[in-house]
Amino acid sequence: MYLNQFLIFSAILFCIGVYGVLVRKNGVLVLMSIELILNAVNINLVAFGTFHGQAAGQVFALFVIAVAAAEVGVGLAIVLLIYRNRRSIDVSEADLLKG
Amino acid sequence: MFLAAAEAASETPWIFENIWIVPAIPALSFLLIIAIGKRLPMKGSEIGLASIAAVFALSMFATYTWVDQIGFTGGHSEESAEGDTGDAEYSETESLGGGVQSVVLDTPGFAAAEGDESSEEKTESKPVPNACFADEDTGDSDDAEYGDDVDSADKDAESQSSDETDSGTEASAGIQTVSLTNPSGSSVYAASDGYETRGEAIITDTCWFKTGADSSTASGISVGTLVDGQSIMMLFVVSIISGLVHIYSTDYVNGDRRYTHYFAFLSLFTAAMLFMVLSSSTLQLIVGWELVGVCSFGLIGHWWEEKPNSDAALKAFLTNRVGDIGLLIGMIVLYFGAERTFDIAEINRQAVAGEINQLHLSVAALCLMTAIMSKSGQFVLHTWLPDAMAGPTPVSALIHAATMVVAGVYMIGRLYPVFWEGFMMPGTNLNAMAFIGGLTTVGGGLLAFVQRDIKKVLAYSTVSQLGYMVLALGMGAYTAGMFHLFTHAFFKACLFLGAGSVSHACHHSFDMKSDMGGLRKYMPKTFWTFMIGTGALMGIPPLAGFWSKDEILVGAQVWPGTSSEKPGAFVDDGEGFWLAATGGGDGTFTIPFIFGCITAALTAAYMTRVIMLTFFGEYRGGGAHDDHGHDDAHDTHAAADHDDAHDTHDAHGHDDAHGHGGLPHESGSRITIPLMILAFMASVVGFLNMPSGFVKALGLPEGWAHRFEDWVEPVGTGQFPAIDHAKPSLSLAVFATGLGLISILVVRGYYMKLFAKDPMATEYTDGLASKFPPLRALHNVLENKYYLDHLYSGVIAGGTTGPLARAAYWVNQNILDGIINTVGKTGVLLGRFIYRFFDQGVVDGAVNSSGQAAGLSGQFLRGVQSGQVRNYATLMFGATALIVAVFMFAV
Amino acid sequence: MTEFLNEWGITIMVFLPLLGVAAMMLIPKEAEGSHKAIALGTALVTGGFGAWLLTKFDDLSVEELAALNETGNVPLYESRQWIPTIKASFDVAIDGMSLPLIALTLLVTPLVIIYSLNHIPKPGNAKMFLILMLVLHTGMLGTFVAQDLVLFFVFFEVVLLPMYFMIGVWGGPDRLYASIKFFLYTLFGSALMLVSFLALFAQTGQETFNLVGLAEAVASGDIPLGTQVLIFGGMFMGFGIKVPMFPFHTWLPDAHTQAPTQGSVILAAVLLKLGTYGFIRIALPILPDAAVEWAPWIGGLAVIGIIYGALGCLAQTDMKRLIAFSSVAHMGYVMLGIATLTDFGINAAIFGMVAHGLITGMLFFIAGSIKDRYHTLEIKRLGGLLVQAPRLGWILGLCTMASLGLPGLAGFWGEFPAILAAYQPAEPLSEELFRVYMVIAAIGTVLAAAYLLWLLQRTAFGTPSDEFKDDPEIVDVKLTEWISWVPLLILILVLGFVPGLIFDITDSSAVEALKNIGVK
Repeated sequence: MYLNQFLIFSAILFCIGVYGVLVRKNGVLVLMSIELILNAVNINLVAFGTFHGQAAGQVFALFVIAVAAAEVGVGLAIVLLIYRNRRSIDVSEADLLKG
Repeated sequence: MFLAAAEAASETPWIFENIWIVPAIPALSFLLIIAIGKRLPMKGSEIGLASIAAVFALSMFATYTWVDQIGFTGGHSEESAEGDTGDAEYSETESLGGGVQSVVLDTPGFAAAEGDESSEEKTESKPVPNACFADEDTGDSDDAEYGDDVDSADKDAESQSSDETDSGTEASAGIQTVSLTNPSGSSVYAASDGYETRGEAIITDTCWFKTGADSSTASGISVGTLVDGQSIMMLFVVSIISGLVHIYSTDYVNGDRRYTHYFAFLSLFTAAMLFMVLSSSTLQLIVGWELVGVCSFGLIGHWWEEKPNSDAALKAFLTNRVGDIGLLIGMIVLYFGAERTFDIAEINRQAVAGEINQLHLSVAALCLMTAIMSKSGQFVLHTWLPDAMAGPTPVSALIHAATMVVAGVYMIGRLYPVFWEGFMMPGTNLNAMAFIGGLTTVGGGLLAFVQRDIKKVLAYSTVSQLGYMVLALGMGAYTAGMFHLFTHAFFKACLFLGAGSVSHACHHSFDMKSDMGGLRKYMPKTFWTFMIGTGALMGIPPLAGFWSKDEILVGAQVWPGTSSEKPGAFVDDGEGFWLAATGGGDGTFTIPFIFGCITAALTAAYMTRVIMLTFFGEYRGGGAHDDHGHDDAHDTHAAADHDDAHDTHDAHGHDDAHGHGGLPHESGSRITIPLMILAFMASVVGFLNMPSGFVKALGLPEGWAHRFEDWVEPVGTGQFPAIDHAKPSLSLAVFATGLGLISILVVRGYYMKLFAKDPMATEYTDGLASKFPPLRALHNVLENKYYLDHLYSGVIAGGTTGPLARAAYWVNQNILDGIINTVGKTGVLLGRFIYRFFDQGVVDGAVNSSGQAAGLSGQFLRGVQSGQVRNYATLMFGATALIVAVFMFAV
Repeated sequence: MTEFLNEWGITIMVFLPLLGVAAMMLIPKEAEGSHKAIALGTALVTGGFGAWLLTKFDDLSVEELAALNETGNVPLYESRQWIPTIKASFDVAIDGMSLPLIALTLLVTPLVIIYSLNHIPKPGNAKMFLILMLVLHTGMLGTFVAQDLVLFFVFFEVVLLPMYFMIGVWGGPDRLYASIKFFLYTLFGSALMLVSFLALFAQTGQETFNLVGLAEAVASGDIPLGTQVLIFGGMFMGFGIKVPMFPFHTWLPDAHTQAPTQGSVILAAVLLKLGTYGFIRIALPILPDAAVEWAPWIGGLAVIGIIYGALGCLAQTDMKRLIAFSSVAHMGYVMLGIATLTDFGINAAIFGMVAHGLITGMLFFIAGSIKDRYHTLEIKRLGGLLVQAPRLGWILGLCTMASLGLPGLAGFWGEFPAILAAYQPAEPLSEELFRVYMVIAAIGTVLAAAYLLWLLQRTAFGTPSDEFKDDPEIVDVKLTEWISWVPLLILILVLGFVPGLIFDITDSSAVEALKNIGVK
């Protein structure tokens, strides 16, 4: 097994995630894309951890999964609130920060 | 020696040490009048009168003391040495004064003074002590610090002042009195090498302020009084004329709406003038110079409700301000040229001793000349003076004839070494001052011809006479110039006050052609005093003007026999040395001399015209004014566009005084008495400076000769240039008087013929042309005595009074005045242009556009702030990727 | 007690006005009377205490004071720790250069408050107005006593804010524009100034912001001349804008025209002097060599300002704007004096500052009073002031005379010595160039006379127009006006005849400030 394969896989996953975050208008899909990015990072962490023979990588991945769970919770709550206020979960309509 | 000096110094007359009181009195009076004047029964004039009386008394006392010190009558004869003083210590002075004439000074002339050989005098002359650094005894410890590092010369001065203190003179608050030389002759200027001194200045000064602490550029500026012949002379003139004008004004300005202010300003003027006259430093001179200017401004604009009056006031002030550029710069150049001092005595000493380099002197003299041209109405900057006649007439007499306008001449005298050395054109004896004066005197005289307004004639006459004084000083005839200043003050004040009296009678008009004529019948006192004043101005012997004018002509040393023969030395030809002084003697001053002669003729001619139009013929003002009394005279006149915006009174001084319809009447005694006093002075003051040859010829005591010169011109003080004295000439006197008489006769003939035809006429209405039918030509030629009368009166006199003078006036009004007006307008336009386009456009525009630039860039950047989180994220990713790329590839 | 005052006197003087502010904060704003009483009382107590403090002046320069302070407390010098982490200390002192300006501040503020007693400008709110005034008072006093760059900077900025509010809240119709312009312009200068201060700190490496210490460090150190010139440039921007010097002056007419009378008076009398004071207190003594490099340019801008300000005045139609422009010209003389780098010039500059403060302050007072009566300052519509309010008219006459530099009044001693000093500037400077400046400056005196007399003629002389002929509001000088004006008028007269009152105080400090000029 080569490290490269994991890294390439993780990079592809990351790019798909970035693409989803930047392009999709549906709030839920954006959240899911973020999950993809995080998981790409997790793969990297685990791969490097194994490669160097250290447990730290696994531990970090576990952390990230835990934080991601919380993040999704908060994210979904926000999406829900956006939906309640605007009857839509189209993130491109949420531009209250416009200068 | 120091003991003697101390003794002598301790005997400096009280009045000279405390002469500051004299200007202080009217200054106090000014404040009092402003504060409480309005509430007093006489509206404040009583304070003014009381103060001027005190000033008069003190000035007379000071004059007496000075004259007494020089020698009252006994300067030149033995028997007069005693009797008048009784003060033993002054007898020394008198005998000394007596000795003056016998001394032959081998003072180098101006040629030597600017040249190579330095005489003993130079090595002997010591710096005048400075009040700021010399008061070790009286100052506090800080001052002692300054005393430590002054040079030896200053130490000398210190010890001198300490001696004074030891011998019991006052030592209050750093005030020092320095008699630069002293009556016994044992002075720092050393009488040992045969010099005699006379008329040395007595300086009482105190430190005004210091700058430079103890650094190398330290300088102390002192303030105080300088008493010498010249300032005493001026003190005398100012206090007399100011006093008479005060009295005159109580009637003339009576009932004016700003009577109190008028007297307040008179007091302020008197104070400022005296302050200037007595100043011991040039800086103080500047202060006084400008203060009199501001009083002049206030008094010209006394009736400021009318725009022409305030315009005239502004013009006067601004023209003087232009000259003041020269004053400021000139004094600054002198300050540095004389090693950082403003002391008049010290500057003079250095100029005489040749310690100031020629370039400094020339530049300073040139700059100061600008100031003189404006203040003393010299050519090209004189145009304000005739306009200044918009002020009340007594003010014209006091300020614009007798005192303030001679300030320029006074300053030339005050800094005579500077001007004398500074104006020497390199390599020649020419003195530019003489030419400026010459041009002015003729130019002013010509202009006086075409005026309708009696005050304007007198104003141009003043310009002309001031030119005469400058001419004299330029030729080195110091005493003659000063003497003319002295006599002119009296007769010109007399004439102005006389003109005021005339206008008082003629509905406050000054228009000779429409409102006067034949007045000698109605106001004999005014007529006779005016005649005396006119005679003096024309130079009719034995009135005052004759003596002073004659001396000026003599001073040119052009007329055969007047030359001092031996330039650079006093002439002693057995008859005592002669009057006027000069550096000429080789025909240098031919052109100024000719100018002087022309003016003598011109003066006589235009004054005759004034007399004829005003006092002879028939009264022309009556017809137009028969229907109204004096009360509404002013209104009618203002409406009747007579170019006489002046003297517009609210209420009239003499509502009760007309039982005779519109006919003029003699003025009250408060007006005629000052006139008589001035007329008296105008007839006698000339005798103060008679040539000794004349005195001998009349068999008078020799001591009566050239008293004025002895009193005013310093000798051997080291602060006065070496000038040579010319010899007066009887033939020149006859010639000059003859010139005047011929002019009088010609002009008088012209008017007599005119009045014979029509007493109401003021000029010929039918010219020569209408009398030229070919057939009667021969007859007419004979009848008109070959037209010589017409030639003389019509062509020469008429030509002069007509086209020539008119052209000169046109140039004056249109070109010179036009330039001033254009410059003013251009200034405003330029200011407006710069303000609108440059200031508001470019400079402010740059500021505003930087603000706008910030706004615009903000507009652009706010597009980035879309509010779309995804856009932010895109930017973030993009930027991160960019940074990573940069780091990967660059590092 | 003496010991205590030696140690705390200046600090007490500077912060006394804040005590009044604290008291006023506690009182509701409806109680205008008590606000006025407290404000006036505070200003008077500060003035009295300050005056007493100033009598301790013993002709010692800051250097001498600092040296004496090593051995024990001396009056007029205080030094204590302030912010040790950035090496800033609370060093304050009073010497000959700052004394006249402190005295001016102590005098003018109470007078302005007296004037405010019945002249609170619209929209009212005496409480805030007077509080701002007192804060301003502290700021101005603090700037003049500060001996530490950081402290100086803080006080310099403290002054800014109250003035911004004064113009912005109580000003004329265009007040927002004017106040923003004033604030931003000055802030821009201060920013560059601060950079210079920090650069100076870094370059000397002496770990001190103390002025005396910095001057010594620069003198003994070897900072390249180019760097010094750059640092001076930053200070020049900061101080020059405040003065204001020629190309940076455009905030001034707007600020003056829009500011309420009291604001204009304080602005003209004291605030402008912060700039010139900065030059002689900080820029010249610390960076003498750079000053020599800059002097010809400063002198040039100064004389341009003299002529330019005068021409600007000639074009004005508004009285207040005219007076504001005249400040540009007058401060030109002050800067010319400074640019000569001679003792005479610096003395003249300080005199000029005080004289300009008194005279122009007075002129703004008069303009304010005319505005109160006529509700306009358009010169064309005025006229005949002497008929309707003769005393006011004569006071205007006196002040214009003083302003045009009439000898015998205070204005002359700021102008003439500055012109004189330009004849022979300090050793390294070009005499020819400065003589040209001298002549131009002298010509400026004529223009000054022209626009001021023109102003006087059109406002005071003549007869009133029909519009105002029978206006009952046009009355002569009122009591509060008398009380607030008489001290200024008396000083204008007294200083005119006894210039030594200021010259003798400033002289030794001025010489001290210049001791390093041209040494290298």
